[in-house]
Amino acid sequence: MIGVIDYGAGNLQSVTNALQHLELPSRSCVTPDDLARVDRLLLPGVGQFGAAVRRLAGNGLDEAILERVQAGVPLLGICLGLQLLFRQSDEAAGLMGLELLPGRTVRIEAKIVPHMGWNRVTLTRPCPLIDEGETSYFYFAHSYVAHLDWPQLLAGTTELDGREIPAIVGRERIWGVQFHPEKSGSAGLALLRRFAEC
Amino acid sequence: MLTKRIIPCLDVRGTRVVKGVRFEGLQDVGDPVELASRYAENGADELCFLDVGATVDGEPTVLDLVRRVSRVLFVPFTVGGGIRSAEDARAALRAGADKVALNSAALSSPRLLQQLAEEFGSQCVVLSVDTREIDGRWRVTTHSATRLDGRECLEWAQEGIHLGAGEILLNVIDTDGGRRGFAVEITKRVAASVDVPVIASGGAGAVEHFVEVFRSTEASAALAASIFHDGSWTPRSLKKHLARHGIEVRP
Repeated sequence: MIGVIDYGAGNLQSVTNALQHLELPSRSCVTPDDLARVDRLLLPGVGQFGAAVRRLAGNGLDEAILERVQAGVPLLGICLGLQLLFRQSDEAAGLMGLELLPGRTVRIEAKIVPHMGWNRVTLTRPCPLIDEGETSYFYFAHSYVAHLDWPQLLAGTTELDGREIPAIVGRERIWGVQFHPEKSGSAGLALLRRFAEC
Repeated sequence: MLTKRIIPCLDVRGTRVVKGVRFEGLQDVGDPVELASRYAENGADELCFLDVGATVDGEPTVLDLVRRVSRVLFVPFTVGGGIRSAEDARAALRAGADKVALNSAALSSPRLLQQLAEEFGSQCVVLSVDTREIDGRWRVTTHSATRLDGRECLEWAQEGIHLGAGEILLNVIDTDGGRRGFAVEITKRVAASVDVPVIASGGAGAVEHFVEVFRSTEASAALAASIFHDGSWTPRSLKKHLARHGIEVRP
């Protein structure tokens, strides 16, 4: 059972629809108690880092997520969900993220922001979410990007204005994708299935 | 490298997709969910649903459609046409739309852009600008291009971005429905003057028009309706053609 963390994020319905299409059992988790009954966690998210941090903290979901991850439950953060895994973001100075991965998020340096559209993701090391050697296009829509304290957390990159930016980050059971698998057609659905089975 | 997006546009009236020239003389094209699924299977990078009845007739937004579409469509889609308030936008996004396109509502209440960007993020907020050239000036039109707004196209786009719009849908009324090519000059000017993605719209009738707009302007995406509705091209066959001309697209 995949728990989709519901803190009012805009793309929750899309994520749920994708899981239903794949016939993967899921439930939306509104309270900390809801998290106790799932064996995978999905943290969706679009919008603003600060607002998301406040909403997660507001109903105790932040503590509950940390508890479950510590107990070994795999977690996948999507887009803003990835950014929430880090310590902090330039988007909301002074507010702390979940601090599950060392680093922070910074504004994208590019001619055109948001980075919006389909871009090719290249794996930099084996990762349970994508078949090795496979390169696929995924849909991105974001204005901030992860800045990793540990480069070895990087698992996949995409190129924007001649620079490589993190597309997949994580370790062990904690993963984040900067793109939207629920909006990336068959490549994205395959990734969600692999997360459900990893 | 970020690819150029091809966006089929579905003008929705009631429960059907329609097509017409400059919003007049509407013909039935099909069921929106069926068409959207077919386009997505055939390589559409994104879809856009415009409720062409809503603003004129005062009908509600197409929320049921959004719900049905989002259950079967796993590429991004935008909803526009009937988004008149923050509540409309919120409902569309909650129902599964990825972005909302604001046109008349943003003109009458620019603060709406700011409000939505703060709540949902700029990437959800598309400013749809209908423009036409009048005495050498590019003016903004409103209410399905039936009224002239006082504003200039470029200034309004820049103001909208400043307020929170994360994307500009630039629909040129003079070329819309004419199938004789995008209005390259104004598209080029807008795309070069803003730092968010610009979607070129209005006038696509042949693949060469897409090659031209991507070669001559910095547009990030191109939107078209009839070229797909009449079956002459699929998004995928169009993108193969673009790739042969050196334009980066998702295969």
